Amino acid sequence: MIRAPLRPLARILQARAKGENPDVIERENLRLRAEATRDRARARAEGRLVILGFAFFCAFSVIGLRMGVLASTEPVEPKAASSGAEILTLRSDIVDRNGRLLATNMVTSALYAHPRQMIDPARVAAELTVIFPDMNAEDLQRRFTDGRSFMWLRRKLSPEQVQAVHDIGDPGLLFGPREMRLYPNGRMAAHVLGGASFGAEGVNAAEVIGTAGIEKALDRRLRDPALAATPLRLSLDLTIQAATTEILQAGMAIMNAPGATAILMDAHTGEVISLVSLPDFDPNDRPANPTSGDPADSPLFNRAMQGVYELGSAFKIFAAAQAMELGLVNKDTMVNSNAPLVWGKFRIREFKDKNYGTLSVRDIIVLSSNVGSAKLGLMIGGERQQAFLKSLGFFDATSLELIEAARAKPLIPARWPEIVTITSSYGHGMSASPMHLAAGYAAIANGGVTVTPTLLKRDRVPEGTRVLSPAVARTSIDMLRGVVTDGTASFGEVEGYEVAGKTGTANKPRKGGGYYEDKNINTFAAMFPASDPKYVLVVTLYEPVDTSGTQPHRTAGWTTVPVAAEIIRRVAPLLGLRPIEPLAQDVLVPAGN
Amino acid sequence: MRPFLLVFTALTLMALAFWAYRENYATQSALRETQQLQTEVAQLREALTLQKAEWAYLNRPDRLHDLVALNFERLPLLPLEPGQFQAVADLAMPPPPPSMIDRPLDLAPLDVQGILSEEDPL
Repeated sequence: MIRAPLRPLARILQARAKGENPDVIERENLRLRAEATRDRARARAEGRLVILGFAFFCAFSVIGLRMGVLASTEPVEPKAASSGAEILTLRSDIVDRNGRLLATNMVTSALYAHPRQMIDPARVAAELTVIFPDMNAEDLQRRFTDGRSFMWLRRKLSPEQVQAVHDIGDPGLLFGPREMRLYPNGRMAAHVLGGASFGAEGVNAAEVIGTAGIEKALDRRLRDPALAATPLRLSLDLTIQAATTEILQAGMAIMNAPGATAILMDAHTGEVISLVSLPDFDPNDRPANPTSGDPADSPLFNRAMQGVYELGSAFKIFAAAQAMELGLVNKDTMVNSNAPLVWGKFRIREFKDKNYGTLSVRDIIVLSSNVGSAKLGLMIGGERQQAFLKSLGFFDATSLELIEAARAKPLIPARWPEIVTITSSYGHGMSASPMHLAAGYAAIANGGVTVTPTLLKRDRVPEGTRVLSPAVARTSIDMLRGVVTDGTASFGEVEGYEVAGKTGTANKPRKGGGYYEDKNINTFAAMFPASDPKYVLVVTLYEPVDTSGTQPHRTAGWTTVPVAAEIIRRVAPLLGLRPIEPLAQDVLVPAGN
Repeated sequence: MRPFLLVFTALTLMALAFWAYRENYATQSALRETQQLQTEVAQLREALTLQKAEWAYLNRPDRLHDLVALNFERLPLLPLEPGQFQAVADLAMPPPPPSMIDRPLDLAPLDVQGILSEEDPL
């Protein structure tokens, strides 16, 4: 491009000739050049703006058209989306530790009526009462004809009932699909499973919600659509649960007890292998919550968790173990156990007003001396005793995955004067559930490290805190073994399984205050085999009486211990525990050099 | 050259349209089949759940207990006892297999046919 010169010679010379300033010409030319540049730049910018505007116009048109299409078409689910088990089952199954089914879902129908579409309400009412005897024909007819347009008739129907209702053939009777919860084992583990019922109900579907037990406690997990196809695996073993229930039921009948409970727990993992509370109920047809009377008399009452009572002498081992752990005594230290012990206005007496004199710590446990335990408690002192019992979990609700667990808190006195220190050392003055006791014994059986009880099968055991040294735990187990071999639980011996345990006999508290003289709560807390404890068993019978002899026996040693021994005899082989051969005394073992 | 290109493009377009038409219907029938199969899977799953529930119901401990009691004469089943644990050494081993030769051996020389191989047969 040839640029126009800023100082064209011809014009400069002309201007000079006229005597004008030639610089004016140069400036004029500069101005013209700048204007031309400006015009070019403006044209280019305008072009760009047009293109950009067109692009925006296109983009918005596409979005607008797409919105129009979406608004005007019928909504259709993408057909190719896969449908798995999660669409079918809303609530996941519950299985035991070996995968045996404890709770599942079944598809059934609900029956509802559109009375305005009914052709012959009188006949429908009459025929429905034939199928469902509990319905009232007159009542039904009245409700069919009072002008309503919708009413529920039944929540669950069996296939036979569905067919029978179909056979009535009235267009006003309609079915809605329902998924119901089914417990194929009936009463087995009823208190653990709890029960389920319908939540929000519609014609085409109903929400299944847990009403008690693990169904309610883990409701969120069971309803999680992502986990619907994975069954919830419990730590319970159905076979062992059945055997325990059978023996406990028989024992309850023999000992004339209105209620009983048994807990079998793995001492190292805290998994509850069996949890029985009697009387029980059928979770398929869960009775209504009691509205009057003592809730503890209802079959819904889970004695293992909610039965918070003073558990008696079974607590003595905790006092002895703590005293040994603190180095205050060892198992042979002699303790003055002269009865009665007078403390202020209280007199601590022994069973049947005995007086044992001076006893070793081992004999305090073996003979179950209240005064001896009280002395150990006083040596320890209230504060340390509270801290120890708290570390064993006796001050808080258990962590078990049942909705009832969190509500059943132990009853702990608000203040802890010395008399409570004395009574707590032999299991009175504070109340706990058998599950608490099982957790406490599991800590001893586990070599002094606490375990957290659970109802879920564990792959990894959470680390507990050490409350006793291994040596003290070992000595405590040996002392408990002594209770069975030469103490109050002599009926608890099961050949080959080295049962170690402690009895507890406590009077049942009266509603208004005070205690019943002839109503006991008898507990036997045991672990086996003593040489290497693997399982903890806590059996409690409520108000048992052994009437086999000439006079009735009401102590734990006569009532609960034989039942517990029978449970161990029956259950230990099922657990795969091989009986331990008694060591022959006269065989000399050659020393290896 | 140009007319040839035009005809070729038109033919290609028709072929593609035909292909797209067939693909459309093939897709629709595949979707219908998938849906059918899914319905079938859902039904089978439902049946399976029901059968599992029934299996669990028939195998519930109460019923097995009653059945064992009813059939005690034919199958005397008793609860597992601690004494039933045994050492492997105490297990009754099957008797040694009866000897194949139960008559005195005829020790007369035998005629053997065949060639003895030089090679190791193993």
